[in-house]
Amino acid sequence: MVGWVGRLGRRVPLGNNGDPMNVIVCVKQIPDPALPGALDAATNTLKRDGKLILDESDSYGVEMALQLVGAAGEGEVSLVSMAPNGEVSGMRTALAMGAARGVLVSDPALLGSDALTTAKILAAAVQRLGGADLVIAATESSDGYTGTVPEQMAEILGLPSVTFAKKVAVDGNTVRVDRQTEAGYDEVVCPLPALITVTAGVVEPRYPSFKGIMAAKNKPVEQVTAADLGVNPVGWAGAGQQITDVTQAEARGAGEIVEDDGEGFAKIVAFLENLKVI
Amino acid sequence: MAVNNIWVFAQAVDGTPTSATLELVTKARQLGGSVTAFTAGDGAAVAASLGAHGASKVYATGDLGGKLPGVAVAAAMKAVIDGGDSPDLILFPQNMEGRDVVARLSVKLDRTVLTNNVDVVVVGDSVAVTTPVFGGNTLVTTTFTGSGPYLAVFRPKSFAAEESGGGAASVTEAPVPELAATGAATVEASHVEESTGPKLDEAAIVVSGGRGLGEAGKYVMIETIAKLLKGAPVRRGPSWMPAGCRTACRSVRRGRSSSRPSTSRVAFRVPLSTWWA
Repeated sequence: MVGWVGRLGRRVPLGNNGDPMNVIVCVKQIPDPALPGALDAATNTLKRDGKLILDESDSYGVEMALQLVGAAGEGEVSLVSMAPNGEVSGMRTALAMGAARGVLVSDPALLGSDALTTAKILAAAVQRLGGADLVIAATESSDGYTGTVPEQMAEILGLPSVTFAKKVAVDGNTVRVDRQTEAGYDEVVCPLPALITVTAGVVEPRYPSFKGIMAAKNKPVEQVTAADLGVNPVGWAGAGQQITDVTQAEARGAGEIVEDDGEGFAKIVAFLENLKVI
Repeated sequence: MAVNNIWVFAQAVDGTPTSATLELVTKARQLGGSVTAFTAGDGAAVAASLGAHGASKVYATGDLGGKLPGVAVAAAMKAVIDGGDSPDLILFPQNMEGRDVVARLSVKLDRTVLTNNVDVVVVGDSVAVTTPVFGGNTLVTTTFTGSGPYLAVFRPKSFAAEESGGGAASVTEAPVPELAATGAATVEASHVEESTGPKLDEAAIVVSGGRGLGEAGKYVMIETIAKLLKGAPVRRGPSWMPAGCRTACRSVRRGRSSSRPSTSRVAFRVPLSTWWA
């Protein structure tokens, strides 16, 4: 099997026709978005001390990975994640969907890490898994939504990348992607190994089966620290940024509810005319 | 170190700078110092408009030859910086290309990136940006530490685009260097989806509907309002919208001049999965 050496100096295996298809999915474990978010008063970082769940945006990547491996006939889906307090609840959901194993980076020293440090950590976790034919991530997370981490990972790993994929197919050593653009979409071809980000709706994520949920309890998740991965500095020390102020935005006026009596649209138009926006 | 040299990642459609680009060039001019635009493609086509908004120089990569802009533009920027023209601050638009370019560049420069911002100020030798979180209810101010270039990404309509009366910017070639493996992705074909309306993030009014309507049949009310506003169907919802959400809406742009950009959102996007399942 042909190999390629990434920026971090580790060998990343290439996929070939008939060879196993190995995919690594970046999964973020986030506070339940149904609950109100809050900042930690001491650090001004997002509170993540409760139970975390799999970011729904990442469920599309997990499903896409499972389908690609299924189509190849052989291979496996692995996970990388970074979360505090050894949290694995979200990873277990992805494992219950069908992923085989994972690496969790959990380390108090990572508190305050910026997107670039996060990318360095996740890229190192990918390397720890031995690399893959394809690395998949969501276009952005639902809580931090910086949207830069996957592309930063690709640069760190020395990989080509295709972001905003709305259709993905692997053909031998090549991934073909319909990439959403501002004007429509591009057909992009990219040799493997590569990194892609997938949009919501690229596939329909499966629900974990009871059998899958039970099996996930025994699937291996290796927990490591930043030091284990050789990434330094991390946390606030490596962030290159400092939160200097947090204020409440000016309160918005109460909205006006228009009851529809068959002519509700006319009331809304009149409302907008009164605001002089039309 | 003062913030004297500001760059803007400039985008254009059919030779015309995008509204987000002109907003950022205007803001860069207001921050003071020299303003340089960096564009993928033909610099001469956009030099006049960018100059009118405050840019004195345009770096242009020329045709990317099917390469994706994230890798190519970041490499071209890095080459110029290595050549000695190092900016203190680079402003990017919060969109697909902007995020891809800034992400690649942040690794090349080993500098942090601050995204989703709506304001920027110079604070001594550094720069502070404002980011709305929790649905805009909380504003977080973050200051870059260490040395520049500081990389900041801004949402559309964060600033008003205003001409300054300047002449055309000078154009300097900034060719894309050899990209090796990272540049292996190639665009084989581009498809333009038909659209008669403005881009969603440029619309003055966005009309959208969701679960609050109660049932799919009532979506006709949304269509009716949009038609009364002489709106046009939007191409699609942004791909980065939260999972489970779908957007089907019409947007309306009016020629009304305003010193302050604004978007009136009649109804917010909400999950529509029950309709689209």
